[in-house]
This record gives sequence, C-alpha cells and structure tokens, in this order.
Amino acid sequence: MAHADAQIPVTVLTGYLGAGKTTLLNRILSESHGRRYAVIVNEFGEIGIDNDLIVESDEEIYEMNNGCVCCTVRGDLVRVVEGLMRRPGRFDAIVVETTGLADPAPVAQTFFMDEDVRAKTRLDAVVALVDAKHLPDRLKDSREAEDQIAFADVVVLNKTDLVDAAALERVEATIRAINPAARIHRTTRAGVDLAEVLDRGAFDLKRALDNDPHFLDHDHPDHVCGPDCGHDHHDHAHHDHGHDHGHAHGPAPIHDPTVTSIALSAGEMDPKRFFPWLEKTTQMDGPDILRLKGIVAFRDDPERYVVQGVHMIVEGDHQRPWKPDEPRRSRMVFIGRNLDRERLARTFEACQAAPA
Amino acid sequence: MPTVAPLDLDGHCVAVAWLADVPHFALADGVVHRLDHGHKSTALHDGLLAAAHDRAAGRLVTGGEDGRVMALGPGGEAQCLAEAGRKWIGQVAAGPQGAVAYATGRLAHVRLADGTTRSFEHARTVEGLAFAPKGLRLAVARYNGATLHFPAAQGRPVELEWAGAHTGVTFSPDGRFLVTTMQENALHGWALADGRHMRMTGYPAKVKSLSWSAKGRWLASSGAPAAIVWPFQGKDGPMGKAPLELGTRGDAMVTAVACHPGEDVVAIGYADGMVLAARIADAKEVLLRRPGAAAVTALAWDDAGRRLAFGTETGPCGVVDIAG
Repeated sequence: MAHADAQIPVTVLTGYLGAGKTTLLNRILSESHGRRYAVIVNEFGEIGIDNDLIVESDEEIYEMNNGCVCCTVRGDLVRVVEGLMRRPGRFDAIVVETTGLADPAPVAQTFFMDEDVRAKTRLDAVVALVDAKHLPDRLKDSREAEDQIAFADVVVLNKTDLVDAAALERVEATIRAINPAARIHRTTRAGVDLAEVLDRGAFDLKRALDNDPHFLDHDHPDHVCGPDCGHDHHDHAHHDHGHDHGHAHGPAPIHDPTVTSIALSAGEMDPKRFFPWLEKTTQMDGPDILRLKGIVAFRDDPERYVVQGVHMIVEGDHQRPWKPDEPRRSRMVFIGRNLDRERLARTFEACQAAPA
Repeated sequence: MPTVAPLDLDGHCVAVAWLADVPHFALADGVVHRLDHGHKSTALHDGLLAAAHDRAAGRLVTGGEDGRVMALGPGGEAQCLAEAGRKWIGQVAAGPQGAVAYATGRLAHVRLADGTTRSFEHARTVEGLAFAPKGLRLAVARYNGATLHFPAAQGRPVELEWAGAHTGVTFSPDGRFLVTTMQENALHGWALADGRHMRMTGYPAKVKSLSWSAKGRWLASSGAPAAIVWPFQGKDGPMGKAPLELGTRGDAMVTAVACHPGEDVVAIGYADGMVLAARIADAKEVLLRRPGAAAVTALAWDDAGRRLAFGTETGPCGVVDIAG
C-alpha cells in the first residue's frame, strides 16, 4: 500500500487548566509563519483559539478487545484524524489539546495502534505545560498531573515569575524525579522557543535520542535540568506540606511521587536474552510502565539499537553506527508506578552477553 | 467487454450513488459531482464527512464539518435538513418515509419527513447509524455494543452488548440480523429474534465497507486481500460456516465492496484502484477497471445493474459499463 506520502506530524499538548496550554497554542498558531495547523480540542474554551481549522471532539477512550487493560485508544481521534486526512491540503501539522484531566496514554497510543491513523500521521511529541506555582497542589490531589509529566517528552515549566528561586528549584527537581528523560524549559507566559516544542521527532527512533545526546547523563553541565539535578530527589526528611506563596522556605520536597523512574545501565547485550526479557517485562509490567526509552549495545553489532515504548507497545530499531569514542553501554529508563527496581536491574544485567 | 468512462476529480471520494439514473460522486471537500449530459456539480458543505443514499426518496443525505445535514435530489436541488452548530456531522442514515438520522457526539437525532426531530442520548459517542428496512427502527453503533430505538413509539430502547468499540452498523435486508464493524479487525452480529451473537473475525485490517447481496443471503466485506463474503441463509447466519473469499489477490487489500442489485455478484475495489466483479456461485471474476493510483473508496451499481460507479481516495472516479 502507498504509505510513502509524508506523514503529518502531531503534537499533543497536555497540562492542567490554567497552566498555559491555550497561550502556547495561540503562539504556535500565530508565530509559525506560514505553517498551517489543524487543532483538535476537547471543548471550545473560554479563551478563543485563533485558527481556521478547529475541531471539537468528545474525549472517548476505547479499550482494545485484546485482553490488555492498558491498550486504549482515543476513538474520537481515530474519527477526527480520518476526516481531516481526507482533505490533506488544508494543513501541515496537527495539534491535539487535551483536557486538564486527560490521560495522555490513550492519545499517544492512538498514533501507534490504529492502522489508519498510523499510516497518515506520526506522533511528534507530547508536551506538558505545568504551572510553577500550582504544580505542588496539583500533584497532591491528582494522578493525572503526575501522569502528564511522566508521559512528556518536553515539559514547559510556566509562570516561573510567580515563585521564588528556591520554590522553582523544588518544582523542577520534582519534575525531574518523575521524568528524568524529559526536556524541561522554564518560561513565563508560555514563552518557550517554539523550536523546542515543535518538530521534535520524539517518537522517531532515528531522532529521539539524538535530541538528547546526554540521555540519562544528568551531570552534564549544559543539560537543561538545572543545577540541583544531582541532589537526592527522594529525601523526604524535610517534608513540608505548607503552601508556598513565594516566601523563602528551606529546601522542601513537595511531592511523594507515585511515579518513579528507574535508570538501568549495563554493558553489551545478547539479543537472544534482551528481546525475550523486554517482551516479558512489558507484558508483565505494561500497565505500570508509562514510558520506556533505551539505547542498547549488542555484542558484535556495529550499530546502536534504540527502543521506546508506551505501556505494552514497544518499538525498536537500529539508529546509527556507534562512534569510535562512544562507550558501548546499554542504557534504559523506565518511568512508571510500582516498578521493582531491584528486579528490573537484575534481569536487565542478566541480558548481557557472556564475556568474550 | 466492460468499458470505463473516467471522471477525473480532485479529492477523496466519500460516496457514490445513482439518483434518477445519474451517477453522483460526493467528495470530502463538500462538492457533489454528477454526470448528467456533461459534468455538473453542487457545493453542499464546507467539508463532507458522511453520505447515505436514500433510495425511497431518491436523494443523497449528507453530513458535514459545517454541522449541517443536507439532502441532494436529482438535478442538483439541495435542501438543508438540520444544523447542529460547530459539531461535525460524521454519521447519517436514511430511513423509511423520509426519515433521516444523524449524530452529534453522544446524541442520535431522527428527523421525520414533517420536520419533527427526536433525539436519543447515549453514554458514549454515536459511531454508526442505520435504519431497519421496515418500520421505523434505528440502530446506533457505540462502545460495547449497539442500541435499537423506536422513534415513532415510546418505550425503552433495546441494548445489544458486546465488548469493544463498534464503529458502524447495518441491518440485513430481511431485518433478521444486525451487524457492526469494530475498531478491531472484526465484525459482530446479533440475530435480532433471540439476541444470539455472531463473531466474524480473522480480518487482517479494519472492515470499512459492507454490502448485502440482492436477497440478503450474503454479506460482502472489505478488510482482507479478498472480499470476505459471509453466508446468511440459515437462521443462525454465518455461525459455524466459513466465509467465501472472492477476488483474492496477493498484493492488494480490498477497500470497497458493492453487491449487484439483481444477481449474486460482488463488485470489489482494491487499494491499488483495481475493480473486479466476482460471482458468488462459482467465484468467476471479470476485470472492470485496471489498477490506478489510488484506493477505491466507494462503489455503487445503477438500479438495472448494468453500470457501476466508482470513486477513489485521491479523485479519479468513473463509471464502468458492464456490457461495454
């Protein structure tokens, strides 16, 4: 079948009410100089969106009939994308704005699980807007706020002018604890450089990890995660539920993350062990795995192998040759709930190729 | 030898239909073209999403991105039947006595010929609509099953449950069976007399096109590299029986099917633009159109069963004259 046509990129905007999604969306629409967007919104909000092609769509989550509870798609997106793609000349890209309470997983999975949607579009990135001032409260009262961060490729930490430097550090450390693989951008009025949210290729296996050459290297000086990145995110000794209204507080972790990330590192892998392990792990832990990403070095393989996944959906491919000066290490990060760090580390390491 | 009269349009063909023996081609941009002593057209919508041939009233009923439900009669006469504001009208159906159904989100609306409208709310989005062949009965495909309404009477709807997302629906011509297409690669059916389930699975792709044979003895479907034709002669429908596979090809999927109005013959359109006719009795095939550039999206026979109109994904349309 003719799938060679350029696939339309899709950017998913998540974030709580008031985090600045509409502001960012209007910036994308007004500043994208000649690029035309189709915008899919859950409901027309109070604040207008200035665009010719806006589709209102009722969020409709469908479980797939395959016995897997985490295999969900957004049925409304299947319909709307099918309709939009019948008149493809009208736009160059699609932006999906989700409600504040939306689970981002079905949105993302729609672009992998539905054959028609997948043939015509590609998920470019999931962008989460968070409000520096109110995120701590949101994380206390909602699982969705945490999921949105856990799922994001890019986190726009907005309204940074409403908190002091110490509070901002804490918020960013919290985001980093939930999702160490995301790019974080501090902004006011959603003023992030649009190049940092559009055309990211975050789900493109050839590009995803090149955007972040220091994947999981948190101590790299130009890494965006900020100066406090190396500190212990899980130190709850000073736990403080006081609302921070901009007063100078001591360092106070603001959140007991139920979402954690587990970074694994090992040497060269044996593909006969690695692939069965990955399949078994995602079968067993799929409902708890929100995202996974990895770069794998296989024994006697001159190319880097990259993998990524959403719940049980995993994709992998060769990316590019290893560079001569690159250490041939295998690294993976799992972001999710109830993940057994010890078991994942032990079984991952057991996939290493026997010493030559 | 069959001959093809091409009509090269620009855009996705959503539906084809014969009105007063004139072939009509409804494109996604909202313009309906027709070959009536030359090429003519009528702009119906800014964006056409769905179309249903109202055979009884001799018109085409359409729904659009502009939130309108339109009816197009022979000669290009258009009438607006309903307006629903900013919601897309993605599903329409035509019923007896001029009744029309359309959906907005979780609501299914039935508009009677006198203009009165009844609305039925569902817990989930209305994904497909179909009227029963007799009486005023509307089927709604939805998540986890289908719902039957009786718009002319009071009383409770009939709920037919089956797990999964049901995206389209059709009644058999004798009204005994209801069949849905699903988000997964399968059909589901119910025998309406006793609610018995019929699972029709094994498709490598989603089923998007269904067509009942002239006397309702067969149901042809797309979604495989052959037309999958299920037997519906017995009281249990296709249960325990294997479907026929007609027009099997190794290199292209079937994307549209249309049964002949008189004979047990199926017109089969493929992803590469080829169109065949295949006889159910002996699987004998006749090539009607050579492969082109775009997938066949719509097929319709004229009432005499002598000409077949076809439409494709990127615009090449036309009419095949079977006798040549």
